Amino acid sequence: MLYREAGQFKTSYSADQAMLTIPLDRWFVFALTAFAIVGVPLLASEYLIGSILIPVLILSIAALGLNILTGYCGQLSLGTGAFMAAGAYLAYKIATNITWLPIWVVIPLAGLCAAAIGIAFGLPSLRIKGFYLAVATLAAQFFLLWLFVKVPWFVNDSISGVPPAPPRSVFGFEVTGAVAANEAKYLFVLAFVVALAWIARNLARSRIGRSWMAIRDMDIAAELIGIRPLPTKLSAFAISSFYCGVAGALWAMCFINSVEPTAFDITRSFQVLFMVIVGGLGSVLGSFLGAAFIFLLPIILNSAPGWFGYSVASDTITHIEFMLFGVLIIFFLIVEPHGLARLWQIAKEKLRLWPFPY
Amino acid sequence: MLTKKLVTAGVAAAIAAGTVGVVQAEEGQFIPALTYRTGPYAPGGIPTANGYTDYFHLINERDGGVNGVKFIVEECEYGYKTDRGVECYDRLKDKHGGATAVSPYSTGTTYALIDKATADKIPILSMGYGRTSAADGRVFPYVFNFPATYWSQATAVIQYIANEMGGLEALKDQRFAFIYLDHPYGKEPIPTLDILADRFGFTYDKYPVPFATGTEQKSIWLQIRRTKPAYIIMWGWGVMNATAVKEAANIKFDMSRFIGNWWSASEQDVLPAGDGAIGYKGATFNGSGTDYKVFEDMKGMSGLSDDGDRGTVLYNRGMVNAAYIVEAVRLAQEKYGEGMRVTGEQVRWAFENLDLSAEDIEALGLTGLMPPTKVTCLNHEGTNPAILIQQWNGTAWEIITDWIPAMTDIVRPLIEQDAAQYATENNITPRDCSA
Repeated sequence: MLYREAGQFKTSYSADQAMLTIPLDRWFVFALTAFAIVGVPLLASEYLIGSILIPVLILSIAALGLNILTGYCGQLSLGTGAFMAAGAYLAYKIATNITWLPIWVVIPLAGLCAAAIGIAFGLPSLRIKGFYLAVATLAAQFFLLWLFVKVPWFVNDSISGVPPAPPRSVFGFEVTGAVAANEAKYLFVLAFVVALAWIARNLARSRIGRSWMAIRDMDIAAELIGIRPLPTKLSAFAISSFYCGVAGALWAMCFINSVEPTAFDITRSFQVLFMVIVGGLGSVLGSFLGAAFIFLLPIILNSAPGWFGYSVASDTITHIEFMLFGVLIIFFLIVEPHGLARLWQIAKEKLRLWPFPY
Repeated sequence: MLTKKLVTAGVAAAIAAGTVGVVQAEEGQFIPALTYRTGPYAPGGIPTANGYTDYFHLINERDGGVNGVKFIVEECEYGYKTDRGVECYDRLKDKHGGATAVSPYSTGTTYALIDKATADKIPILSMGYGRTSAADGRVFPYVFNFPATYWSQATAVIQYIANEMGGLEALKDQRFAFIYLDHPYGKEPIPTLDILADRFGFTYDKYPVPFATGTEQKSIWLQIRRTKPAYIIMWGWGVMNATAVKEAANIKFDMSRFIGNWWSASEQDVLPAGDGAIGYKGATFNGSGTDYKVFEDMKGMSGLSDDGDRGTVLYNRGMVNAAYIVEAVRLAQEKYGEGMRVTGEQVRWAFENLDLSAEDIEALGLTGLMPPTKVTCLNHEGTNPAILIQQWNGTAWEIITDWIPAMTDIVRPLIEQDAAQYATENNITPRDCSA
């Protein structure tokens, strides 16, 4: 009833091929985007924007990237953290050495560098599959981080090895570094999120996305119907690493304001992998839901006692947080093994029939 | 229907914005305590956090705060993770009328907060860790790392070795080993050691221990057994320290020639090695044990931590950290109004003008626990950085030397060079400190 589709006809090819075919869906997404652009900076507190929304949006980009590789193309990867680090270090290197280059060019450029690295580490995927590929990408994780820490060139020979994010502006507003207003950073990150989510969604239903899914579902069958595994798998690695690289660059530039290796260690790779699994493999919406779930839930669990005026020892809260977090992940995986995105889809189906289910 | 959804979204966002922004009405001097009592670094995090919070509790209970202004301490657990540390800082910074000063106890989080705290006008006291070049107060007005930086510490350790060997000339043609955590923290002293090696004619082998696998050190110790260095210097943290001390004991290395920095020399680093650790040395700037006047005041007081770590090196260091903040608040009150709540900016001024003489420390009951310190606008490391060497005797750490001064003539130019690079990259015009 809420989703009343009766009488909604598609009268042209373009209407049939639209990204969101149901008008209500379309309007909802438009309204949400508009609210995110206009409403959030006006209404939300500094803490909500700076410590919650910015990291969640950035991690959504990383989750989108891994979802392309793992969810759509079926290649398990544990190198997400390394590709994020590649984006972060190279964005810093480019931004500080080519100072006239606008920051909104620097970050995609850093993403391209990460993509090139991703292709190199994707080459083994032609020979090895499944868990063995995961181990090969694990090599990327350790090698790349070692490289960035080892070679001082990446940080302009900074003695400390942890350089701060250089301040850069877009339209006269500072968007990187610590002095920049949270609202400006947020809008800058949001622009990347909207663009990249739109691209991902379209990639997934285009020819390239369909060939990824064919490879994922059965690579031999895909090869037989004329899909070449090499370009398909490598394009998934490249695009996935591009997304991760952009996410890493934004993480360093707009969130923690410094380029430091521990932000991209193996736990980050696992964190993003869990986002994809909990959110929903092969779903753009799932990447967002997963990122929000994995990043926000611990913080909410941690701050919840404070909201209700209870004071609990900080370590007790954290231990409870670990337990509840684990339980909730298991709960969601049991209730809906296809992830939060599937739950949303089921809700939508129900709303279509409501109030007359059959 | 659309409007309904919009309204719902709006209400949800408003609730979210409202709930996290609640400001409690309680008045006092607010201390946000970023702690890590959980996770792999908890063994170091728990005593530090206990000492830190206990000292504020002691001041509140014994003295009724500073001139009647009590401290409000709120902990936020971040598990040594940089992003959660930043989140904790943001969550706490505006509570109870604004944070006084922040001490993150993590190099990564300190780096992430330097610019943020500067913009928020909240001073960072990274006591003996964090960014070394923050000692240049012209570029880093809000960051303090007294009583000494890593670089000063490295020069003082070399000075100590020279004293043991019979003068700086004796360092010539000696071979040392440097074991470090392969992480920005562990690599910090390398440029300083390079310069020292160049100047005094010694060589040293570098042995990085990977961050992820701090316990796999067999090959390192095999090489050390082969090369027989005159001294071993260690820059470690966490589980790596205990492993190194154990391995050194296994190869029967003379423990009195094995010196850790001040994050590598506390009880939990030596206890696992048992008697093998006897003789192991470490740098420090604070005393250990409970043989100080301040601990008598704490006897029988309720509300203190009871993890049984009182008197350990890290617990006492947490107390010293808190004591510095308390004294800065006292000084800020003297200038801006006694019995008033002071702001972060006013405390920053106080840190910069802090001058704690031996008599002041005696009056606080902290003699031997806390070094005399004088901070200036130009020098946020303190004007006389120095270290003590302590030795493990099997049951306690014993301080075996007098204060060993750092070679500031070598360290200061390095600090200024790194700070200048930071200033250019971030378009900062250094302050004028001559006034």
